[in-house]
Amino acid sequence: MAVTLFIPAALRPFADNKAAVILPAKTAGEAVAALAAAYPDIQQHLYEPGGALRSFVNLFVGDTNIKNADGLNTPVPDGGEVTLVPAIAGGCL
Amino acid sequence: MSLIPEERLESLSNDEIGRYSRHLLLPEVGVEGQKRLKAARVLLVGTGGLGAPLALYLAAAGVGTLGIVDFDVVEASNLQRQIIHSTRDIGRPKTASARDRIRALNPGVRVVEYNTALTSQNALDILKDYDLVADGTDNYPTRYLVNDACVLLGIPNVYGSIFQFEGQASVFYAKQGPCYRCLYPEPPPPGLVPSCAEGGVMGVLPGIVGNIQAAEVIKLLVGGADTLVGRLLLFDAWRMKFRELKLEKDPACPLCGAHPTIHELVDYEQFCGLKPTREESPVETVTALALKARLDAGEPLQLIDIREPHERAIVKFPGAKVIPLGQMVRRQEELDPSVDAVFLCKIGKRSVFAIRALQEAGYPGRLLNLEDGVNAWARDVDTSLPQY
Ligand SMILES: [Zn+2]
Repeated sequence: MAVTLFIPAALRPFADNKAAVILPAKTAGEAVAALAAAYPDIQQHLYEPGGALRSFVNLFVGDTNIKNADGLNTPVPDGGEVTLVPAIAGGCL
Repeated sequence: MSLIPEERLESLSNDEIGRYSRHLLLPEVGVEGQKRLKAARVLLVGTGGLGAPLALYLAAAGVGTLGIVDFDVVEASNLQRQIIHSTRDIGRPKTASARDRIRALNPGVRVVEYNTALTSQNALDILKDYDLVADGTDNYPTRYLVNDACVLLGIPNVYGSIFQFEGQASVFYAKQGPCYRCLYPEPPPPGLVPSCAEGGVMGVLPGIVGNIQAAEVIKLLVGGADTLVGRLLLFDAWRMKFRELKLEKDPACPLCGAHPTIHELVDYEQFCGLKPTREESPVETVTALALKARLDAGEPLQLIDIREPHERAIVKFPGAKVIPLGQMVRRQEELDPSVDAVFLCKIGKRSVFAIRALQEAGYPGRLLNLEDGVNAWARDVDTSLPQY
């Protein structure tokens, strides 16, 4: 079961500047955990010390926010897409 | 449903009918829609990358009143993307420069200038005179401030945000859908996401995202269109891809949820962690001139350049060891705790986060921050180097 995880520009410096990675995962949580295992530098930016996803990071499976589904247990179909959407502030005043 | 009530509509003059004829020919806009645009009052927060296309296209479209909020002055490095300002405007307040350009484009638009920062103290007073707000700010405290003020006043917040090659756009309108806090209950910790001044931005990106915002503004004013309420549009200019995600209202949102706990504006600097907490000791700094003196005196120092490779290609810092910010904690054993370490980045902001990360990781040596970064070195010590 392979899924594609999209990494936003803000987090790419912590993931070898990759824009997307293909990972083995059946749920949204497994996909993010696999990313954090592959790129330890990104870990602190994704998880709270307690292990929950940080609140400025949203995770979507397809077009659905996992907050509106089963959270980190939200299933991802084989070949599905998972997208990390962090808050970005820029407007460049 | 338009945001503009019937009783505010006034007739169009023959000149206006000529000027806006391409709108009037669209059945979706028509005379009614153009009258609504004329009666509308839109506040643009920020007259920068996003605010520039917003102001120009909304003025061209005949939005009757445009409020523009900005405390900044035009700098040369703005002109790569902030197309409302010109080379001759460098040094002028952005609101004045934008006002002149809007008036030249369309003298029928009433421009209200607020040459000030938007704050918790003035926000409600400024926003209450407007039908909606388009948010083109560049920092988290103002994002939350604009969101909260819009929810408290019951008006839409047309949102756009950019970083490097990526943009986000949505309409946060708590009466019909989620607000910004529903999506992002809390901002990232300071320093995680670099600003455009540090991270860079493709100049056309705010042109595209700002125009998406402008389209949403016009649609909300005219009424009857499918807006981005409840949808988040992601745009990647480098890969030229749009993606659309569903957004839902968070029933537990402290601002617009079922049982709100926020009933007034708060201290947004504090909310975003930008005020030092008591237990956090200040980071020691060294000025470029003082660093030069210490180096000239032959003092042993470790210089640590935390910038990325493409940044070092703009200006190299002689004699510095390179450890990018993201690898700092992992590579701390490469530092010698018995020797003072001076951290440098472009403007001396990200380097503070490198120092804090090492402090948290228990690094025992002395850590100093080069004040104002490599740009200060170019300004005060080696003036043959460019500032970027
Ligand atoms: Zn909300």
